[in-house]
Amino acid sequence: MSIDLSKRQRRFLAYSIPVLAVFAALVFGALMLILLGADPIEGYSEMFLGAFGSGDALIATILKATPLLFVGIGIVIAFRANVINIGAEGQLVLGGLFATMAALYLPEMPAIVMIPLVLIAGTIGGAIWGWIPGVLKAYYSVNEILSTIMLNIVAVQLMAYLLRGPLIDPAEIERGTRIPQTARLAESADLPLLFGSDRFHIGPLLAVLCAIGAYYLLWRTPLGFRLRAVGLSEHAARYAGIPVRRTITLALTMSGALAGLGGAVLVFGGESHRMVTDGSTLGFTGGAGFNGIVAALLGGLHPLWTIPASFLFGGLIVGGQALQRAVQVPSALIVALNGLVVIFVVAADRYRATLLAEDGRDMVADADDEGGGEASAASSGVEPAPRGTDSFRPTGTYDTGDDR
Amino acid sequence: MSEVFTVAVLVAVVASAIRLAVPLLLASLGETFGQRSGVLNLGVDGIMLLGAFTGYYAVLKTGNVWVGLLAGLVIGLFLGLASAVIAVTLKAEQGISGIGIYLFGLGMSDLLFQKLVGTPIPIDTFPQVDVPILSSIPYIGEMFFQHSMVIYLAFAAVPLAMFVINRTTFGMNIRAVGEYPEAADTLGVSVAGVRYATQLIGGSLAGGAGAVLAISLGIFQQNLTNGAGFIAIALVYFGAWRPMGVMAGALLFGFINALVLELKTLEIIPRDLSNLAAMAPAIITILVLAFAAGRFKAPAALTKPFTRGK
Repeated sequence: MSIDLSKRQRRFLAYSIPVLAVFAALVFGALMLILLGADPIEGYSEMFLGAFGSGDALIATILKATPLLFVGIGIVIAFRANVINIGAEGQLVLGGLFATMAALYLPEMPAIVMIPLVLIAGTIGGAIWGWIPGVLKAYYSVNEILSTIMLNIVAVQLMAYLLRGPLIDPAEIERGTRIPQTARLAESADLPLLFGSDRFHIGPLLAVLCAIGAYYLLWRTPLGFRLRAVGLSEHAARYAGIPVRRTITLALTMSGALAGLGGAVLVFGGESHRMVTDGSTLGFTGGAGFNGIVAALLGGLHPLWTIPASFLFGGLIVGGQALQRAVQVPSALIVALNGLVVIFVVAADRYRATLLAEDGRDMVADADDEGGGEASAASSGVEPAPRGTDSFRPTGTYDTGDDR
Repeated sequence: MSEVFTVAVLVAVVASAIRLAVPLLLASLGETFGQRSGVLNLGVDGIMLLGAFTGYYAVLKTGNVWVGLLAGLVIGLFLGLASAVIAVTLKAEQGISGIGIYLFGLGMSDLLFQKLVGTPIPIDTFPQVDVPILSSIPYIGEMFFQHSMVIYLAFAAVPLAMFVINRTTFGMNIRAVGEYPEAADTLGVSVAGVRYATQLIGGSLAGGAGAVLAISLGIFQQNLTNGAGFIAIALVYFGAWRPMGVMAGALLFGFINALVLELKTLEIIPRDLSNLAAMAPAIITILVLAFAAGRFKAPAALTKPFTRGK
């Protein structure tokens, strides 16, 4: 990278890289559209209009962005503690299931009690699904990437079993259609709507509050300090008397809890007000568990920047659906396109880190060259101990924004 | 219960376990090469799915199962190349970029199937090749020597992989690059070159594994692998990054799958509970990982991109 660029130029370039990556993925997608015999220009203009072109489109985008934000914040917290949580898909599902069961089995109560209860139930469900890989990683050194992927598989099957069996809508059995879905859940648990809209519920607001809370937690509390310290160097953290294992477990638990809350919001903010599956996780989550990871990366692993990043990504998904309807291609295209966006954003990520590292921050540059990257740094045990006053940031480096 | 565990049932389960183990075995042998060189390719399942579709489609068009297998290997080779560009050259975070490859493969294989085929048409499967003499041994023959040629070849790949990894210069370079890339680089070994090579091997074996799966079943459908690629990655950990260990793991999983299938067929597991039974492989994987994790050491440079001159 050229050193001639000014700091401002480098920063601008650094922040535009993820956007360029999304753009590159879309160019690739255009080639696929051409091969499918569709007009990419028509497709992409439909995509843009479908995502941002009207009030309704914006609402759809914001609602689609909401689970991404919940997941994304959780990913940020985990990532800061040097843990990669690939399990948000399963945590969303468990959150949805717990919240659904709470609504089905709790007696009828006023909304003011019911809504917090179902949201808490969802949070607990997700937290359990995060706690398991947390304990496995902290105490049994099981790679969290693998364990969370396996727990995703378990969660899908559990959802399919419950929605086909014990939780199925009795009407589905009577009619013999047996669509795996619950009955319409208690109305008192419907998330309150805002601005007189018929769909815009408090979920997005809740997600933004969580993002602010996560920011506060990470940079303004002792627990946040511990999380980031463990993320930077397990060894240094251990010498400083930080309970590393407990902190790792907690990071994954919190990450799962946020995704679980997102799952509850998916169920009670959804238009059908029931939990429904098509037999895969993607059927319930719409891939939010994976896309939330990318939103977090797009947002530079900062809770507040994850907000606009999730919005952009929500637009991409909603727009993708509009594109698919407009040019009549199978919806599988969206999954493939989604994969391309993940690949391009992740692949471009290191360049942003490199650019920011050249901001004259030696420590960051050193750490980046360590080659370990964000995730594997601490486990290698060769990280330099944190230096300086504002240097508690993971290697590989993302601008934390606390100096902004 | 006693009539369930008759010799005939047991023989059938073992034979079916061996067949079911093969796609896992091929994919995880390939991933073993990658991981020994320090690259975690989480996209195996996506590559398997595209390999499965390509293999299926090639057999559908040509009627030749070997062309199908070749097609799967070739598409896997290209996807392995793409994985190498992403992980080695672009140095992407391997824990996440692989999910992108997976989603791409999941969507793309389904898209191609819907566009090019539409309704599932059954294809020819691999012909059974009885091993002379051995196949006529009672029970043993049916269990081990009445399979298709790919199955024998897949198991023959295990000692071959052992030989390559442990006894050749190339294998030594793989291990060096996976353990201590700086040292390997100093000695003139191209870290990127070796990692590209292992990704090509891993990719083509994953693509081939997918093709074997589709051609053995004689069918393709959306998400045909159902997460087998992820299990294959876990098997590499289970097998302590050694071909023999990986084979043991693949056989264990083949056996679990075969047993669950058999119990379902015999209606010992009721239909309603089949989703719960389908959790078994994932749960067992987690338990096995918990058992194996503390005991074996992963390649030291696993998931760490290499930058020269630090």
